[in-house]
Amino acid sequence: MEAYLSLFVRAVFVENLALAFFLGMCTFLAISKKIETALGLGLAVIVVQTITVPVNHLIYEHLLKQGALAWAGLPDVDLSFLGFVTYIGVIAALVQILEMFLDRHVPRLYHALGIFLPLITVNCAILGGTLFMVERHYTLPESVVYGLGSGFGWALAIAALAGIREKLKYSDVPDGLQGLGITFITVGLMSLGFMMFSGIQL
Amino acid sequence: MASKAKQVLLRPLIDENPITLQILGICSALAVTTSLLPSLLMSLSVITVIAFANASIGALRHHIPTNIRIIVQMTIIASLVIVADQMLKAFAYESSRQLSVFVGLIITNCIVLGRAEAFAMKNSVGLSFLDGLGNGIGYSLILILVASTRELFGSGTLLGYTILPSVSTGGWYEPNGLMLLPPSAFFIIGLIIWAIRSWKREQVEGPEFRIRHVHRTEEM
Repeated sequence: MEAYLSLFVRAVFVENLALAFFLGMCTFLAISKKIETALGLGLAVIVVQTITVPVNHLIYEHLLKQGALAWAGLPDVDLSFLGFVTYIGVIAALVQILEMFLDRHVPRLYHALGIFLPLITVNCAILGGTLFMVERHYTLPESVVYGLGSGFGWALAIAALAGIREKLKYSDVPDGLQGLGITFITVGLMSLGFMMFSGIQL
Repeated sequence: MASKAKQVLLRPLIDENPITLQILGICSALAVTTSLLPSLLMSLSVITVIAFANASIGALRHHIPTNIRIIVQMTIIASLVIVADQMLKAFAYESSRQLSVFVGLIITNCIVLGRAEAFAMKNSVGLSFLDGLGNGIGYSLILILVASTRELFGSGTLLGYTILPSVSTGGWYEPNGLMLLPPSAFFIIGLIIWAIRSWKREQVEGPEFRIRHVHRTEEM
């Protein structure tokens, strides 16, 4: 149990996908002007990340890994080179299914998320989570925890940045730094703040 | 025609740089810029993938049904990335370990999909190829600039060769540890954007909110 808690805390703070690995940066910088939209997007990322990482884990373990097809009588087949195209297909399909499910059963959440749901397919944080899971050989429960933690960490980071940017627009920024430039510097300082967690051992 | 091709190739280098102006493709690359060699390999992979993805999508543009175009584009891009990844694993195994998941993340690099969607779907094969090449090089310029700054000041070397002999090996340079950590990449890009926008004034974004000096009657 402790191992899972430590993995969760590490995924949220120490190995924050946005601030330590630069993942999901395009949406992170583009959709962080207002707190409400940032929260909606963060929520969508948490949901999608928690589902896709374990699903991709199952696919990798039972279909793609070397020797994984032994149950089909093909013990020597190694399909891991098909990983990228499979993962992105799974992510695109899951996002589509989730969109249809929410539209049918939870229309309120569907309308709150709006345009952000389809955009998540091309968010590198989602694919990045899956690829880290494969590279670090997580087990199934670990990948559930990692998916939840990394999604939560990303949502936390974008909500915090949106909060800062809402105040930042009242400050007197030099012309050349206006907009994108100052946002980069802000994110750098936030990343510096999150590094404080890196020494924590649980 | 020749001048159009030249423009398509050269405009993305500074005037419409994908990173500093279009906010595309920041995602997958910054973590590899701690030293120069992985950044060069990463740049090479991105240039290859984006140029050929643009060319193939340009060639298929009349045959791709519009409502499933994203899936088709993703499949083309993912296949090209698989080829690039396998080549790296075959010929530069050590560096491919350093790049870890970031080669795979070229798939979701917004530059590739963004250019496919914005340019290759409307233009001929040749022009799309050049556009891909130009955007890839524009992206690489920033990447290499960031990587050389970080490696030079972070560990005093370039491509592994010592330029500034560090204190630990008996030299005079005290390496700046911050340069090897993630925040420095953000600062350097922020400063590059500042430099480019001070040079090319037309790229400056207007402020969202202007402070009005109500006390100074001469400005009212």
